[in-house]
Amino acid sequence: MYGDRRPAPRKPGKAEKKKEQQEERRRAKKKKKANRQYVFVTYFFVLLFVGMIGYFSYYNVVKGKDIINDSRNPRLNLYENRILRGSILDKDGNVLAQSTENEDGTQTRNYPYEELYAHVVGYSDKGKSGLESAQNFQLQTSNVSFQTKLLNEFRGQKSPGNNITTTLDTNIQQAAYKALGSNRGAAVVIEPSTGKILAMVSKPSYNPNTIVEDWDSLNANTEGILVNRATQGQYAPGSTFKVVTTLAFMRQNPDYQNYSYRCTGEITAGKNEIHCFGNEVHGRVDLADSLAYSCNTSFSNIGLSLNVDKFRDTAEDLLFDSELPCPLVYNESSFNLKSDDGDAAIAMTAFGQGKLQVSPYHMALITSAIANNGVLMQPYLVDQITSAEGETVEKYVPESYKELMTADEAAQLTEYMQGVVEYGTARSLNSLGVSVAGKTGTSEYSDDKEKTHSWFIGFSNVENPDLALAVVIENSDSTGDVATDVAKKIFQAYYAE
Amino acid sequence: MFNIIMEISKYLILLMMVIYTFECFSVFGYHDAYTKMWILRRQSIWIFMIHFLAFLTLFLRLQEARILVFYVIQVALLGSIILLYGFLYPKVSRLVVNNMCMLLAVGFIMLTRLSYSNAVKQAVIVAASAVLSLVVPVVIQKVRFLNKLRMLYAVIGVVALAAVIVVGQVSNGAMLGFEVAGISVQPSELVKIVFVFFVASSLYRAKDFRNIIITTAVAALHVLILVASKDLGAALIVFVVYLVMLYVATRQPLYIAAGLGAGSVASVAAYFLFSHVRTRVTVWKDPFAVYSDGGYQVAQSLFAIGTGGWFGLGLCQGLPDKIPVVTTDFIFSAIAEELGAVFAICIILICVSCYIMFLNIAMQLRDSFYKLVALGLGTCYIFQVFLAVGGVIKFIPSTGVTLPLVSYGGSSLLSTMIMFAVIQGLYILREDEEEDIERQRERQLRAKRRQQAQQGRRPRPNGTRSSAGAPSGDRRRNSKNRSSQRVRRP
Repeated sequence: MYGDRRPAPRKPGKAEKKKEQQEERRRAKKKKKANRQYVFVTYFFVLLFVGMIGYFSYYNVVKGKDIINDSRNPRLNLYENRILRGSILDKDGNVLAQSTENEDGTQTRNYPYEELYAHVVGYSDKGKSGLESAQNFQLQTSNVSFQTKLLNEFRGQKSPGNNITTTLDTNIQQAAYKALGSNRGAAVVIEPSTGKILAMVSKPSYNPNTIVEDWDSLNANTEGILVNRATQGQYAPGSTFKVVTTLAFMRQNPDYQNYSYRCTGEITAGKNEIHCFGNEVHGRVDLADSLAYSCNTSFSNIGLSLNVDKFRDTAEDLLFDSELPCPLVYNESSFNLKSDDGDAAIAMTAFGQGKLQVSPYHMALITSAIANNGVLMQPYLVDQITSAEGETVEKYVPESYKELMTADEAAQLTEYMQGVVEYGTARSLNSLGVSVAGKTGTSEYSDDKEKTHSWFIGFSNVENPDLALAVVIENSDSTGDVATDVAKKIFQAYYAE
Repeated sequence: MFNIIMEISKYLILLMMVIYTFECFSVFGYHDAYTKMWILRRQSIWIFMIHFLAFLTLFLRLQEARILVFYVIQVALLGSIILLYGFLYPKVSRLVVNNMCMLLAVGFIMLTRLSYSNAVKQAVIVAASAVLSLVVPVVIQKVRFLNKLRMLYAVIGVVALAAVIVVGQVSNGAMLGFEVAGISVQPSELVKIVFVFFVASSLYRAKDFRNIIITTAVAALHVLILVASKDLGAALIVFVVYLVMLYVATRQPLYIAAGLGAGSVASVAAYFLFSHVRTRVTVWKDPFAVYSDGGYQVAQSLFAIGTGGWFGLGLCQGLPDKIPVVTTDFIFSAIAEELGAVFAICIILICVSCYIMFLNIAMQLRDSFYKLVALGLGTCYIFQVFLAVGGVIKFIPSTGVTLPLVSYGGSSLLSTMIMFAVIQGLYILREDEEEDIERQRERQLRAKRRQQAQQGRRPRPNGTRSSAGAPSGDRRRNSKNRSSQRVRRP
């Protein structure tokens, strides 16, 4: 019907097609060129946003976790009206922290052991600290069965949160707490073969049951009661660091067995005159004697012979100036010695003074690694997480964290540290009935050389170590107590069981 | 029981938001018009589903009847924006309309939860702005001398900003606006648009050094007035927008270097001259250290975001009220706290998707004036988002700007909706442009063929008709068919 008067469209010829394509390409090219700046600008802003989203995610994954546990964050107890906060238990199931529901629906947290576990378990009413903070999420999560949860929802009841079974041993914790007495200081006890943290005490302590009432006075106090000295304390390690120096010397001098030095009670390093503790004169000593007698002049001599960079490498192998595996908030230890520091600084560092800073927890880790053939096990506090109905939610298994030294090196250090107990500065541990390897320390913390902290690191049952520990007592000069005695009481309590 | 519904809603909302956001970008990858259309339609469904679930949660939590009424009003409002744009401007970018409505919907949800009265005001403003903005594309199409009004733009910009200082009232330590009939107006929000038009028309006219100096001087005047009225956020936006437009128009990277140099000097000077700039920087470094001394706001914002985690605490489950001015400058923290970080990242990505679309439009346009306008407005938008989000997550010091379309605030809302409408207008312009070109080309081709046919009189081979079976007498319809077969951009 519709007579098509139009000439039929003809397929464009090859040449024409080519020309058209060329035209097209030329146009696209021109457009591309005209838009180059637009493309730059687009990329720039898209990259900026990629960076911002990256930061936002980083904040959520890493930084946010620490920040939100601040006491000024009012959101920490938001789940309170739906979940009854779970309990924290010791390794035998004794309750360390427990919540009860009040008439008005609020919750009260009870700590049956009061001051005993204050730092490691923490508090949860004024912000959160310790395990209360680290495990806040699990404590506020209820893994009871779906039906129970549903039933609770209908009844308008709270579902019970998960329970945390820790590795803490109340017997050891109590012994350490008692032994420290009224001293300021800290003690950390670890099972070397597994990495279980069996006890962690920081003194002075506080009562977490009354944290709300005491908050102002606790914060006004200048002793730093709320600080967990075990993981956050920063002390000069004193002579306990000689273990590290010994290891560095062994690594740099394969013939270390032949080391010999004549101690006259004093040595000059740079502008400093260094004396042995108590102005003793130890006479001719080898490496074993130097450690056993804790001979400062011999270790100054050793320090001055060391290559400082390699010395630092050894310290870094033992986790100085690096992250520590730690389930709680902690401070990193610092080595603070450079190769261009003077002889005085090098000598001082070699016997544990200088600018060294460590936490008792870190010294316990080093001790634990020596006890465990050089291998540091991943330290942990939470043994398992169970739902209120007893179902296991998570179970932790020991795993190795890092080999800090070879098994041979560990064996050699163990031998030297046994010497300390057998004929050196820790002879008081000889009578325990179990073999002990250890190292004592007395660190000066001010220009007044009389003011000192007392240290002990060591482990028991050398063949198959049971406990590795580190103890520090602040101002031991004025209190008269020494860390070795605290360690002795801890060992006694453990083996009395 | 309700808790279960609300918990399920929370995750459904997240899921749909993720799908929506994914489609915002995946739609660029399809070249088939039909698939595109389907994706874009599905997107509007996600918007209403998310909106519904959020309001279901709000209603179950608050148990207030007025929330149901308000819900219906909001649905009507959002629905009519989508439908009206589609009906009045068939060639509009559906993606941009969707994104605009999604951001508005999220704003509605959060504002209803935070402050019912603010949310009602917001709804009124959205309605008014929508009506106003619907006219804008017509203006863009019909008024072809927009590129000749540079003097007018400059005068409007400077006078409006200066007026704020003269009669302005002090709000939050910055002189931002004045009240007209109970509604506070912030001229700086609208001046940003006028400013973009000024720069575009000025650089369109001439790119010689003399003109650049003059343009820069006027731009600097804008920035200085804004700094003097302590509106640092707007000053920064105007500065960056100018820098970007200058660079693109002149293609001279040296200007960027010079601008950044001048900017750095100015920032350092501002740091030492103004105490409130110093406060912002100190707070940014460590808000917890100066908690009671200005850090409170950012610290609470960080607590909110951190506590919310990836999936959020759920609507009405957090404490966003603890953050001062949460409804305007800090709404992003409230979103992250209650709807989750995943949702918040989706919001950022939606804004980025808008921006990519804007720049895409700028690149497709031929007229360099329009190109610059699209670029300027796009940059203005995305940089404001950057300041708003970066400030509350402590990525950059907080400058106190609103998150466009989401935050409460009349002037911000109106200016952003106009901005979006201008770009829609440009988009339609571009579609027309392309259609023109195509039609032209077709005409040429046809004329050529007719000529050849008349000359050659070759026998017509069968089966090579243009549109087999179509009533080919009707040329107009034919060309229309063709253009609709063309691939539409989202």
